[in-house]
Amino acid sequence: MGVKLLLENDHIEGIRYYDTYRKNGGYRAAEKALKMAPADIVEEVKKSGLRGRGGAGFPTGMKWSFLAKPEGIPRHLVCNADESEPGTFKDRYLMEFHPHLFIEGLLISSFALGSNTTYVYIRGEYAWIPDILNQAIAEAKNNGWLGKNIQGTGFDCEIYVHRGAGAYICGEETALIESLEGKRGNPRMKPPFPAVQGVWMRPTVVNNVETIAAVVPIINIGGEAYSKIGVGKSTGTKLLSVCGNVKKQGVYEIDMTISVEEFLYSDEYCGGIPNGKRLKACIPGGSSVPIVPANLLLKTAKGETRIMNYESLSDGGFASGSMMGSGGFIVLDEDQCVVRHTMTLARFYNHESCGQCSPCREGTGWMYKILKNIEYGKGKMSDIDLLWDIQRKIEGNTICPLGDAAAWPVAAAIRHFRDEFEWHIKNPEESQKRNFGLAHYADPIHVAAAV
Amino acid sequence: MSDQAPKFKVTVDNISIEVPAGTTILNAARMIGGDVAPPAMCYYSKLKDSGGKCRTCLVEVSKGSEKDPRPMPKLVPSCRTTVMDGMEVKNITSEKVLDARRGIVEFLLINHPLDCPVCDQAGECDLQNLSYEHGTEGTRYEFPRRTFEKEDIGPYISLHMTRCIMCFRCVFTADQLTDKREHGILERGDHAQISTMLNKALDHEFIGNVIDVCPVGALTDKTFRFKNRVWFTKPMDAHRDCPTCTGKVRLWMRGDEVFRVTARKDQWGEVEEFICNDCRFHKKETKDWVIEGPSVIKRSSVIAQGHYVGTVKTPVLIDKVIGKQPKFLMDIHDISDVNKPGIELSKIEGPAHSGDFKS
Repeated sequence: MGVKLLLENDHIEGIRYYDTYRKNGGYRAAEKALKMAPADIVEEVKKSGLRGRGGAGFPTGMKWSFLAKPEGIPRHLVCNADESEPGTFKDRYLMEFHPHLFIEGLLISSFALGSNTTYVYIRGEYAWIPDILNQAIAEAKNNGWLGKNIQGTGFDCEIYVHRGAGAYICGEETALIESLEGKRGNPRMKPPFPAVQGVWMRPTVVNNVETIAAVVPIINIGGEAYSKIGVGKSTGTKLLSVCGNVKKQGVYEIDMTISVEEFLYSDEYCGGIPNGKRLKACIPGGSSVPIVPANLLLKTAKGETRIMNYESLSDGGFASGSMMGSGGFIVLDEDQCVVRHTMTLARFYNHESCGQCSPCREGTGWMYKILKNIEYGKGKMSDIDLLWDIQRKIEGNTICPLGDAAAWPVAAAIRHFRDEFEWHIKNPEESQKRNFGLAHYADPIHVAAAV
Repeated sequence: MSDQAPKFKVTVDNISIEVPAGTTILNAARMIGGDVAPPAMCYYSKLKDSGGKCRTCLVEVSKGSEKDPRPMPKLVPSCRTTVMDGMEVKNITSEKVLDARRGIVEFLLINHPLDCPVCDQAGECDLQNLSYEHGTEGTRYEFPRRTFEKEDIGPYISLHMTRCIMCFRCVFTADQLTDKREHGILERGDHAQISTMLNKALDHEFIGNVIDVCPVGALTDKTFRFKNRVWFTKPMDAHRDCPTCTGKVRLWMRGDEVFRVTARKDQWGEVEEFICNDCRFHKKETKDWVIEGPSVIKRSSVIAQGHYVGTVKTPVLIDKVIGKQPKFLMDIHDISDVNKPGIELSKIEGPAHSGDFKS
C-alpha cells in the first residue's frame, strides 16, 4: 500500500461537507499556515520539490517565487480547473469529492502569494461541480475560513468560481487568463509571463487543482518530509486517472515509486487487462503525450524497469519514452486500432485549435483529413511521410503548446506503429473489417549488451 | 526612454547593427534591409499588439546575448522578440528557418483559394510575394478547400473570407482607430472567420483602413472592385485639405482618371498615415486633389513594371551574408544584351525596349 496524502480520507462518508472534513483533520494545515510568514510557505513548497500537476511538471515553488510583487498592484492566484485533456479526470474527482481539501489548498496558496481575490476557472462541461464548490465556499465562509479577516489574521480572501464555455484551449494558462477577463480565449504571446502580467495585467500565478490540493499535505507534514516521498525529482504523490482497457478504471493515488507493470497489473491498482487480452499500447499522461507500445511501456530502451514517475516515463526522450503529463493513463489492448485512435485525437485537436497561429490552425485540420483517409482505406503510402512532415512543421512553431500537443501523438503513432499504418494502406478492404492486432508490439525489445 | 537609451549590438545573418534597447529582431533586421528582413504577414508596426500569429517571421537565435550565450531552443517570432546585447540571429542563413518558413507558406496556402486572376489584391498581395519568395512549387493538399458563407459588410468594403489568413490586423485597426469595433473573429480553429455579429455594416469614418492593412485580398475596396488591375494603374502621391485626416494619399490613376485612393505605403507595405473614408471612397476626381508626383515604388514590385521613375532599389546584401562575393556559375550578361548592368533603368522614359540595351 503506497502513501496516500490527497485521498487518505477518501473512504469517509460525507468528507465533502465541512463538518466531516474539519472533524477529520481538515483546515489543520490552514491553521498552521496562517501563523507562518508567506515567504516561509513558499520556501516550504520549494523544499517539497512539488512539481506542477497540470502536465508540464514545472516546479511549483519556483513558479511562486517568480511572481512579481510591485507595490500597490494586487496579485492573483488563478486555479486552472479547465481539465479538458482526453483521458484526464483527476481534478474532477478532487473537486467533486474533496472540495474542502481544494479550498484549503487555495486558501494557503492565496495567503502565501498574497492574493486577495482568487479565481477558479472551471471547465464548462463540469456543469455540476461549480455548485459543489460554491456550497463548500459558502460553508468555509460561514466558518471564517474565507472572506474578511480570516481567523483573525487580517488576511482577506475571496474565491470566485468562473465557468468556462467549453474550450480545450482555455486550459492553456494565458488563454485561460484571456477567457477569465471575458475575451476570446486566445493564448497570449510570452513574454510577458503571467507572473509579471497576468489577469488584468496584474501578476498572476496559474496552478492546477491537484497542485493546489497538494499544498495542504506539504504544510501538514512539512516540505522536507514531502520531498522524501517518491524518487529523485518526482516527489510526493500523484493522482492518475486510468481509463481504457483495464479491469478497474478510476482515479488512483500513487507515490511515484511503483513500476508501470505493477500499476497496470496489480489488483491494488488497475487490475490488469480484462477478457484475457494482451496490452498493445498505452498513453501514460493524457492524450497530448506520445503513445508508447507495450514493450517500451514496461521497460525502457535500456532494458530497465519503467517506474511511474516524471523521469522514468520520459526516459529515452520521445524516441522511446513518453511523458508523465497530466496523469491520464489510457490503456489500449490488442483489439484497438492505433490508426483510428490517432485519427480521433487529430480530430479533437483540429476541433479545439483556437485558430490564432497558422501552423496549428491549418496543420491540425490537414492531419485529421489525411488520417481519416488512411483509416477509411483511402490512404496512400506517401501520406505517412506527409503526416510526418506536417507534424514536424507544426511542432515548436506555434504560440502555445497546443500545436506540440497535436503533433506529438501523430509523431509517436507513426514512429512506433508505422507497420500498422502501412498495413491499413496496403489492405484497404481488410482494414475495414478487422484490426491489425497485437503484432510484434509486445515483443521483448532487443537490448544491446552493455559495453 | 531618455536619449541615453542603451544601444544593443545585434547580428543578423552575419551583418551587425546597433539598435536601441527594446527593438524587436524584426525591426533590427529591417534597419539592415534587403533579404535579411524576415517577411511579416501579421505584424504591423503601426498597430499595437499585432504580430506573432502568422509565424512567417520565425528566426533562429544562435546566441542569446553576451551574458547568456545559449541559443534559444525553438525558433522565435522575430516580430515579438526583443533584441539582447550581443544577440546573434540567423534568418536566411539558417536551413531550419527556411524549412519552417516553407512549411508556414504551405499551411497558409492550403485553404487559400488562389483566385489571384480575379482578385483585386493581386499585384500588391503580401501572400503572393511571400509564396513567390519562400514557398514551394505545387501543393501536397488534396482536399476541398474550406469555404465560408458570403457576408456583406457594407457599401465600401467587400469581404472574401476564403482568402483570409487570420492576421488579426483588421481587428486591431478597428480597435485602435475607431471607437466601436463591429467586426471580430467568430468560431475557432480552421473555421475561425472575420465577421460581424448579425450582419452589421462597417461604417466608421476610419474603417476603410482595414483595406490597406489587409495583407491579402480578404478586404478590398468595393468602389474599385473589378475596375482595373493595380499594375495597369499609375500610383501618384497627392494631398488635399481634409478636415478629418491628414489628406496625404496615393492615387491610382490611368490617364486623368482616378481609379482608387489608398494611404501611402512605405517599403514594408505599411501605411504611413491612416486616411479617412471620405478621402478614400468619395474623392475620385482629379480636381479634388493636389498631385505631387509619381510615388516611389519598390523596383521588384509588379506595380513598378513599365514605369521606373524614382523606384527604390532593394539593397543586395548577399556578399555580406555569406562573407564573400558570390561566384556565379554563369553571368547572364555574357550572352545577353538584356538588362545590361551599366544602363540605369530609371533614366529611360517609359517602358524599356530591347533597343535601349543595344548601344
